[in-house]
Amino acid sequence: MTKKRTGLPRLPHLLGIEGLSPETISGLLDLSENYIDQNRSIDKRRDLLSGRTMINLFFENSTRTRTSFEVAAKRLGADVINMDVATSSVKKGETLLDTAMTLNAMRPDAIVVRHSESGAVNLLSQKVNCAVINAGDGQHEHPTQALLDALTIRRRRGKLEGLLVAICGDILHSRVARSNIHLLQIMGARVRVVGPPTLMPTDVDRMGVEVHYNMKSGLKDVDIVMMLRLQTERMQGSFVPSVSEYFRFYGLDSEKLKFARPDALIMHPGPMNRGVEIDSEVADDLDRSVIHEQVEMGVAVRMACLEALIGGRRNSMGAAA
Amino acid sequence: MSGKVFRTAPPHTGSTAYINARIIDPTADQEYLGSILISDGKIADFGPNLFASGAPYGIESIDCGGLHLAPGIVDARAHTGEPGEEHKETLESAGIAAAAGGITSMVLLPDNEPPFDDASLIEFVARRARQIKLTNMYAYGALTVGLEGKELAEMGLLAEAGAVAFTDADHPVGNAQVLRRALYYAKAFDALIVHLPQEPTLSGGHMSSGEMSTRLGLAGNPPLAEVMMVERDIRLVQMTGGCLHLSKISTAESVEALARAKDRGLNITCDTAPPYFALNDLAVGDYRTFGKLVPPLRSEKDRRAIIEGLKSGVIDAIVSDHRPQDQESKRVPFAQAEPGGIGLETLLPVSLELVHNKQLTLPQLFQRLSSTPARLFKLPGGKLAKGAPADLIVFDTDYAWKVDRDVFLSKTKNSPFDEKPVQGRVMATVLAGRTIYRNDGFVSAAAA
Repeated sequence: MTKKRTGLPRLPHLLGIEGLSPETISGLLDLSENYIDQNRSIDKRRDLLSGRTMINLFFENSTRTRTSFEVAAKRLGADVINMDVATSSVKKGETLLDTAMTLNAMRPDAIVVRHSESGAVNLLSQKVNCAVINAGDGQHEHPTQALLDALTIRRRRGKLEGLLVAICGDILHSRVARSNIHLLQIMGARVRVVGPPTLMPTDVDRMGVEVHYNMKSGLKDVDIVMMLRLQTERMQGSFVPSVSEYFRFYGLDSEKLKFARPDALIMHPGPMNRGVEIDSEVADDLDRSVIHEQVEMGVAVRMACLEALIGGRRNSMGAAA
Repeated sequence: MSGKVFRTAPPHTGSTAYINARIIDPTADQEYLGSILISDGKIADFGPNLFASGAPYGIESIDCGGLHLAPGIVDARAHTGEPGEEHKETLESAGIAAAAGGITSMVLLPDNEPPFDDASLIEFVARRARQIKLTNMYAYGALTVGLEGKELAEMGLLAEAGAVAFTDADHPVGNAQVLRRALYYAKAFDALIVHLPQEPTLSGGHMSSGEMSTRLGLAGNPPLAEVMMVERDIRLVQMTGGCLHLSKISTAESVEALARAKDRGLNITCDTAPPYFALNDLAVGDYRTFGKLVPPLRSEKDRRAIIEGLKSGVIDAIVSDHRPQDQESKRVPFAQAEPGGIGLETLLPVSLELVHNKQLTLPQLFQRLSSTPARLFKLPGGKLAKGAPADLIVFDTDYAWKVDRDVFLSKTKNSPFDEKPVQGRVMATVLAGRTIYRNDGFVSAAAA
């Protein structure tokens, strides 16, 4: 543990943003900056994590996040195993913890987990002795998404503090929203959540955010417009009457965007439902949409997280302890 | 600190005196230093002046050394895994845990596999209880066939077989017409109906909704789902003149609604369980599945209101709501975890918190734990009276210990109170005069 460069405290796991200090978040973002240039150069590979093993354990389908973690790990020289859980013994009835302990016995250095249930990644982390990264658990947290969003904003605006950010759409089902609410507020930004009342979590105002039910007031004078995907697959029962009505009142188009500051950035964690929560015209607006930049920053942020969690370690946690 | 459970002790004959005890008489609302005389398994005499001039000569005499003595606890709501899920709890393991917890009578919920909607199951429980010889075991009959809330179960036949009350356990009856008919029909048999008031269409979540559920990203049940059903049920009692007992009241609004109904003289009573006055929704923090209960743990405001309800008497009784779950049911992501917690061995120590905090007196506490549930369910124990069964407990109100799941006698260890510091401990449990449990710390013991 001689990493003077970032002054980052050693994290055992990255399970969520809640509870992280501003210093840790800044440290991770600073570390990420180092990797952006590396990722843009011809020789993208370093051997910082040479000999380390990272397992991608995705209980929920994901292409972009899993690929992003895989690219990040490989660029640092780690070996990556992708567990295709949909066809594995989990389907045969093996429990989450049995799966965790089986993988743990193979002595990985990090396990990246996505699961459809809130808290599943915390549970798994209690049963393994390697680093666990939460790649999204149910409706709880998605910490690397919030970090990459913060990195994107910080590079465009030079800071996070004092910015006014509107997170719009399906807040209720969104782990991205929760992680962003935590991170942005920890870093001194002001957060509004905007969406229909049926898609607002109970007492969300007690997390310190301003709640708006219409886009006009919600977007007024904001620096950042963060759109969320309408998670129709998580909706049992009627939350909104129809997709077209949702788009009419909560979809981001150039008309509604006029309420935001003229230089407001448009963000979306992807994958986008064009014509549902976002109009193609604004999604593809080269001046204001940073959606592809978010994806690029995702790789850098995940490299930084891997370095902070398992870089510089001579041995896997189990062996070193 | 461990104790011994005595299954094979013969029926009590002759006379035994418990002297030098702080006697708690809930029905008389009194507490005094005195003695109690047991003859042939029944209470023969008791009072402050009995044996005041010294230990009686020629009969077995047990010096309680100033410890408290009260009627055994009557637990009106417990679930075991037998039949159906014996790996979680058998009637025998529940009997052992109950004996150690000071429970001398328990009423078993009907939501087993198969559910108790057939008279043979009520008889099965009675037969097993006679074999086990620990704690009086009674059973609820199912209120509706298969606990599905649609067709009435054979209440008359179940009552004949020994069912002491009727309930669908943790399944609320969503259909008002069904509960209305049940309340009417039960009048023919003078039967008590017990209902868990939760509006089912609003109760699909995994914890109480609020800031905590939002932070954890777990679907929540609004607390108002309870009072909506309480208010509906109050109207049904008013309409039918039936007799209804609502179980596991957990919210402030419910207590208010029930207070109003009782003021109007309606025939409605209710209970709560220790988690609802000793814990709040913070106990599920970090996804602790041992804190996943039905109804879910509520806010601090609700917890305080439940205590007020117990103080004022709006809440009549305290039940253990014992529900064993094995590791496979609890060591899974929160939303997938089975709800419920064990409670037989923590019922008294956690409830004693109300006394230590000066919210209830000991006689008031034993009204909620023993005499009132016995009266509501028409059970013989739960009180001090000449001729009543000598179902008694001796306990130490001050003994401080920490709940430790590894020493529970229940087969499973899913206690929402794990690691909670508590004060108070059962030293001896007496069933019809014979000692069925004695704590190692209770040294005075018999003349032996």
